[in-house]
Amino acid sequence: MRALVVGEHDGRTMRSISRSALQFARSVARSANDSIECLILGADTDAVIQDAAQFSPVLSANSAALADPLSDRYAHVIAEVVTTRNVDLVVAASSTFAKDVVSRAAGLLGGVMASDVVGHDVVDGELHLQRPMYAGAVLATVALHGHPQVVTVRTSSYPAVEAATEAFDVENIPVNEEALPNGMHFECLTAKESHRPDVTEAQVVVCGGRGIKNPEDFEQLVGGLADCLEGATGSSRALVDAGVTPNDMQVGQTGKTVDPEIYVALALSGAVQHLAGMKNSKKIVAINKDPNAPIFQFADYGLIGDVYEIVPKLISLLSSRTF
Amino acid sequence: MKLLVSTKRVIDTDQRVQVRDNQAEAGDADSPYIINPFDAIALEEALRLQESSNDEVEVVIVGIGQEDYEQELRTGLGMGADRAIWIETPSTLDPWHVAKTLAALVEKEAPDIVLMGKQAVDDDSNQTGQFLAAILGWPQATFASRVEMTGGSVRIDRETDRGVETILIDLPAVITTDLRLNEPRYASLPSILRAKKKKIEQLVFSDLAVELDPRIEIKSMVTAALERKCVQLESVEQLAEQLGNSPPAK
Repeated sequence: MRALVVGEHDGRTMRSISRSALQFARSVARSANDSIECLILGADTDAVIQDAAQFSPVLSANSAALADPLSDRYAHVIAEVVTTRNVDLVVAASSTFAKDVVSRAAGLLGGVMASDVVGHDVVDGELHLQRPMYAGAVLATVALHGHPQVVTVRTSSYPAVEAATEAFDVENIPVNEEALPNGMHFECLTAKESHRPDVTEAQVVVCGGRGIKNPEDFEQLVGGLADCLEGATGSSRALVDAGVTPNDMQVGQTGKTVDPEIYVALALSGAVQHLAGMKNSKKIVAINKDPNAPIFQFADYGLIGDVYEIVPKLISLLSSRTF
Repeated sequence: MKLLVSTKRVIDTDQRVQVRDNQAEAGDADSPYIINPFDAIALEEALRLQESSNDEVEVVIVGIGQEDYEQELRTGLGMGADRAIWIETPSTLDPWHVAKTLAALVEKEAPDIVLMGKQAVDDDSNQTGQFLAAILGWPQATFASRVEMTGGSVRIDRETDRGVETILIDLPAVITTDLRLNEPRYASLPSILRAKKKKIEQLVFSDLAVELDPRIEIKSMVTAALERKCVQLESVEQLAEQLGNSPPAK
């Protein structure tokens, strides 16, 4: 089997989520003859490639024409690598990058794809993949038919591989710039300005729900507690809809999936669409003034009360302690 | 200009979905159905583009599937779509087959833009729009949160993990819509009744020559267990204890 992991990066290092994709590829590889390589696309990616080569052999598609992650070009290059090297399995971590680029590559390769895989088994030589459906209310076991196969994996289900003691090989893949599609043009990226860690990578996530009234309160209560715990902030869809928080903070079926060590839900009701995004958290703690809020059924620890009273007290208690 | 909007019929998102006894399907026989909420956002955006354009713009909606799409398509017509197409299929479809069916329809209808939701809230695959764009060789803009026509191209804001990305794409193109793009209008009963005059055209699936060789075989389904045993805390001190016991691992 030849597996290709599409590595995601920020221009400096490979994102840790791609190391989870490598872990999936390693765990489905069955024999010593199986090969796993990591494809890095971009321009000026020397630092990224050096980083990625700690974890896997690297194929580098480096070209000024790949400076921005435009899906038509990226998918074209991925599909070409898959075809010319006769790759059997394409893997990527589930992210907006993979959903955009790798799904399009799968479309060029015949559409044999399973998204958001959270587990797998081999049954009578057939690879069975587990994936959530209906906002996580249902867990389906599926098998893919056709070649090549494309899988995106939830990083909460696969630990990131560790660095090897010696660097792996790097091979340059020629990019024929003239053959690349040219119908999409990158204009700009408006990155969110935040001193807090990324919500998908944080060890602690504090998430606010409908009971938070405005952006100032959100920053004070949700942001304040997150800073106290060196965590990230998240939000329910209700708060995005109400204009209190930006969309990129949304945790849930249609937003981001998080799996921190500690997840704190503040004034958040716990709709099934929200649970889809946080149910794999190690420890879930909920504060809500409604004793019947569904979130308490899905939490490990609950405190009934008004977050506007409890959270300031909690912040002052936590700040006065040394851990 | 012609805008084609793909609308999938899904179980109402207010329902807690359970797996049936056959372990192969979800939902009850009498589960209420709605237009996939993200597809409703796509339709709303098409209607807004139509309303703000000085040119003649036609909005066509399509429903593709094994089930009866009439009610959902009538709702779409009630929202303001000009025309509806229903393609009844002999079995349930993988995202690939939906994309191939849409590609065959694109050949027939020649739209300038195909719009659909970024994902259907039943299978949560997030694949069909990207597959369609790949099959057609068209530019794509996924997870759109702002759509602005600029002559022969469209400027799109996209919601990504890195932040909001702004891209310009040439037409024809595929756009998949994200939550923040708009709030879909409500199709009132009178508007749905008035839309009764509008036609739902039925296309015969076999005429489109789409092969139904399965890509994803569902082996089984289980209702996921989400509940945990919740320890009720009595004080803020106990709460601080819980949060303090496991300091963030760095």
